[in-house]
Amino acid sequence: MRFSLPAKWEKAETDPRKIEGRTRSPGNELWEECELIPAPFAYHRPQSLQEAIGLLTQPGQHARVVAGGHSLIPMMKLRLAKPEQLIDLQDLSELRGIRSESGAMVIGAMTTQHELIGSELLAASCPIIRETSLVIADPQVRYCGTLGGNLANGDPGNDMPAVMLALGAVYRAQGAQGERDIPARDFYRGIYSTALLDGEILTAIHIPIPAEGHGWAYEKQKRKVGDYATAAAAVVMTMASGICTQAAIALTNLADTPLLAQHAGEALVGSGVDEAVITEAARRAQGITSPSADVRGPVDFRVHVAGVMVRRAIARAKQRAR
Amino acid sequence: MAKMHIKLTVNNRAVEALAEPRLLLIHLLREELGITGPHIGCDTSHCGACTVDMNGKSVKSCTVFAVQASGAEITTVEGLAGADGSLHPLQEAFREHHGLQCGFCTPGMIIRAYRMLQENPNQSEAEIRHGISGNLCRCTGYLTIVRAIRAAAEQMNRAREAAE
Ligand SMILES: Cc1cc2nc3c(=O)[nH]c(=O)nc-3n(C[C@H](O)[C@H](O)[C@H](O)COP(=O)(O)OP(=O)(O)OC[C@H]3O[C@@H](n4cnc5c(N)ncnc54)[C@H](O)[C@@H]3O)c2cc1C
Ligand code: FES
Ligand code: FES
Repeated sequence: MRFSLPAKWEKAETDPRKIEGRTRSPGNELWEECELIPAPFAYHRPQSLQEAIGLLTQPGQHARVVAGGHSLIPMMKLRLAKPEQLIDLQDLSELRGIRSESGAMVIGAMTTQHELIGSELLAASCPIIRETSLVIADPQVRYCGTLGGNLANGDPGNDMPAVMLALGAVYRAQGAQGERDIPARDFYRGIYSTALLDGEILTAIHIPIPAEGHGWAYEKQKRKVGDYATAAAAVVMTMASGICTQAAIALTNLADTPLLAQHAGEALVGSGVDEAVITEAARRAQGITSPSADVRGPVDFRVHVAGVMVRRAIARAKQRAR
Repeated sequence: MAKMHIKLTVNNRAVEALAEPRLLLIHLLREELGITGPHIGCDTSHCGACTVDMNGKSVKSCTVFAVQASGAEITTVEGLAGADGSLHPLQEAFREHHGLQCGFCTPGMIIRAYRMLQENPNQSEAEIRHGISGNLCRCTGYLTIVRAIRAAAEQMNRAREAAE
């Protein structure tokens, strides 16, 4: 059935260009006042890594690179970030792609979360990356958000850093002085503070391929799709004849940085990973957390959830290990 | 800040514009080009009302600068209907199955569903729900939206088979 609109509705103006005082285009006062419009900046789209580094190191300018933009642009809208020069890495195809190279997976920094999910190579050799990507944000965000952006951002809520700690990944950075490798475990210094120097660009992530038949799990408690973790745990472990021979546990959003729960991992090694061992590992992991109270709950609750996530992640990793 | 000259394709039409670098794609579409299908619901990358198809991906146009979209191919809900005004099967199914109430989320929902079905034309209910998890609807409770997407998928698959 079709019905026709009352005449007065037919006439209602819907084109924002024609509604006085409603548009937020440049020149309109409302636009300048609006909180969700970033401060002005100059935009560049370099065609090579060298050109990008050159732009990033112009003297006297606050420059930032933008990858997927899905952490940076929201920050710019809130004016928590006000770069004067924005350097868009989208055309640098050399920063994309997933390949295996002498015992390691090498993932370009500009590879999107959507591409990580679709990669057969990763699904076969390092499935925790797919599992984690699927609980990050929502489909639209994952088409844009990149691995490099997620790792370089330095927000303790980002999910990939803990996974990289558990996997023992190494980040490759390039600056005017050349290239250097930074282990993920040395990378995170504080909230939005990392070992990356001004003028350096993350180019690739090297992940030692975990042993064949290893167990893995990323368990994340969140309030809804698109929410950061109340608490989350990554576990990567190897079992041989029912005994754990190697284990790494790392935690998301439970301190100012992602945490490697070294002693918790050690609790598993040499054991059959029974209930008592899992309980001890969870207790050790909880012991190194220092979350703040926020909309996701008070401190005690978040520490409690951390314990639950660690227990679940170990149990599932054990079940998957061959 | 100096405006930049950008070129893009919107709904198969070549478009040129002068844009301040901080102009968001959603503002270019709505306020410069008068394409008001994509809505601004939250302005904080959460609701999906501003979703458009950009180079074969669903993106939230409130979280992309227009200059980043220079060179891109954009499709909005306006680009789905046939040249003769005939509705796209998704639009038809949303109408038929009450996939909308107030309609605010609908342009984003439909353009997202469009991309999802391009990627995989045979989706389970769970896959559909996962696929539209970046689009919020405050009215329908999603039930009728999921029903509409399933019906559209069946219709599109039938049409494809008939054509082969
Ligand atoms: C609604 C919503 C929900 C989200 N939920 C989650 C979630 O649950 N979990 C999660 O982990 N993330 C979440 N995110 C963040 C999302 O995954 C981001 O896309 C990601 O964290 C950053 O990647 P990006 O490519 O968008 O980086 P950008 O936003 O472009 O950049 C982020 C920062 O990293 C820097 N940077 C980027 N690339 C490089 C590089 N190659 N070298 C050096 N510096 C670089 C930038 O300068 C900037 O400071 C969410 C985002 C949104 C909008
Ligand atoms: S307006 Fe863009 S996601 Fe809500
Ligand atoms: S129909 Fe009203 S928000 Fe979806």
